[in-house]
Amino acid sequence: MSSVQIGINFAYIISAIMFIIGLKMLSSPVTARRGNLLSALGMLLAIVVTLFAQGLDYKWIILGIVIGSVIGIITAYKVAMTSMPEMVALFNGFGGLSSLLVAWAEYYQYPDMSVFIATVAALSVFIGGVTFTGSMIAFGKLNGSIPSKAVIFKGQHIINAAFLLIIIVATGLFAMDAAATYWVFLIIVAVALAFGVTSVIPIGGADMPVVISLLNSYSGLAACAAGFVISNNILIVAGALVGASGIVLTKIMCKAMNRSLANVLFSGFGSTTHAASGDGPQGETRPASAEDVYYILEAADSVAFVPGYGLAVAQAQHVTKELGDLLEANGTEVMYAIHPVAGRMPGHMNVLLAEANVPYDQLVEMDDINPRMESIDVCVVIGANDVVNPAAIQDENSPIYGMPIIETFRAKTVIVLKRSMNPGFAGIQNALFYAENTRMYFGDAKSSLQALVAEFKSGN
Amino acid sequence: MEAVFLTFVFVLTIFLGFELISKVPSTLHTPLMSGSNAISGITLIGALATLKTEHTNFAIALGTLAVIFATINVVGGYAVTDRMLEMFKKKDKGGAK
Repeated sequence: MSSVQIGINFAYIISAIMFIIGLKMLSSPVTARRGNLLSALGMLLAIVVTLFAQGLDYKWIILGIVIGSVIGIITAYKVAMTSMPEMVALFNGFGGLSSLLVAWAEYYQYPDMSVFIATVAALSVFIGGVTFTGSMIAFGKLNGSIPSKAVIFKGQHIINAAFLLIIIVATGLFAMDAAATYWVFLIIVAVALAFGVTSVIPIGGADMPVVISLLNSYSGLAACAAGFVISNNILIVAGALVGASGIVLTKIMCKAMNRSLANVLFSGFGSTTHAASGDGPQGETRPASAEDVYYILEAADSVAFVPGYGLAVAQAQHVTKELGDLLEANGTEVMYAIHPVAGRMPGHMNVLLAEANVPYDQLVEMDDINPRMESIDVCVVIGANDVVNPAAIQDENSPIYGMPIIETFRAKTVIVLKRSMNPGFAGIQNALFYAENTRMYFGDAKSSLQALVAEFKSGN
Repeated sequence: MEAVFLTFVFVLTIFLGFELISKVPSTLHTPLMSGSNAISGITLIGALATLKTEHTNFAIALGTLAVIFATINVVGGYAVTDRMLEMFKKKDKGGAK
């Protein structure tokens, strides 16, 4: 190792420390922003010192960095907060693609790879390829250009199993004699890209928090594998950190839905609306007008908003906050109860409400609000359905039985803002809508809330 | 031997990652994801290292593409995370619009 290389590697250690401390600082809203900045500086340091390596072709490096930075900055500042899930999916996919390309370029230049290096190169291509196309499918599902329902096709599991088998055999062949098997390498590239599509397309929209977390983990592992290919410590350390964080998030999301990862990935949940809607909860709903709801809220001492994906669709976060402020001015205690899988990515609702300037100390987690639910006067459910469905507790035959929910049905009054009586993602009816203490306030969430705000303003 | 050493680093870091992340509150899950996503753009370092003057044209082309995509991941990822975190405020500092 030359002295330049040793210097570079020492700088990488400093970068790794900055990543680790940066991630640690992300665990509190007070320090999170500085943590992210620290991590970015760590990245900058790693990039700059890498440029000191000998024999680099700077004109292509500059070209690539300039193009990438311009695209990155523009998309990052143009994207609306409601579109954050698809943005993360997109960036994530690009990271995976880059790891694939790195392994490819390295192999193309030095085809005479050892068994170990060839194996990790194949892994890098496989994980990177799956991350790329999988993220692109997730991106399409999240922004609506692909139907977000689970798409099930015949022989799905067989095809996926066949793909995996091909990958294992091809990796074996490739590792034995990398230099002579360029065609095998190309097969691995093609199958990886195809597998990303076939493995994500059967997963429905509301399961996206799990998928995005998992793809996030993959992109880290792909970088890790690329790090093994070029024997680079910082890629391995940073990649492993991201891989681990993605796995932790995936576990949290699965737990919040009371389903196993295998069930989320393979069951095609939500692809069929359960035919049993006939024997679901039935009865009279109690519709309410804006004026009725106004009187209920006006008299309440404590109000908990329970947002779901419908809030994001209707872009209703600002008007929700406006209503919350009016309630507070009226002497009501206001909080926002957030289910871990509400929305399309982990923490989706928190980001939207933060955008609307809701202070984070008013955001209450599910486990904190449920024990005191009886003492809450009014729960306002905005565009959430399955995460407040009492069937998860009361109906052993329900497909969502056992899933932790925000137990709004135990509040004194529940107001449900909903466009229509259509069932939610899980395709099951919600007994909450027929309960004695529930009032249905039909309409688009945003205009419904605006009507309430108007009532308050004219009432005061 | 180097393979063993690198695997050692990998395994230890995975455990460190589990410890670090399990403490993040759910409020910050989205920024955590997009921030860690930006870190996964570290593959940019690998992409830079593949762009050597002595390399063939095709390898250079692959490397340049890798640099472009990884840079989008890094720059976009950090910028978007910063935008999000800027919005997380406490009550006394924030206030209504």
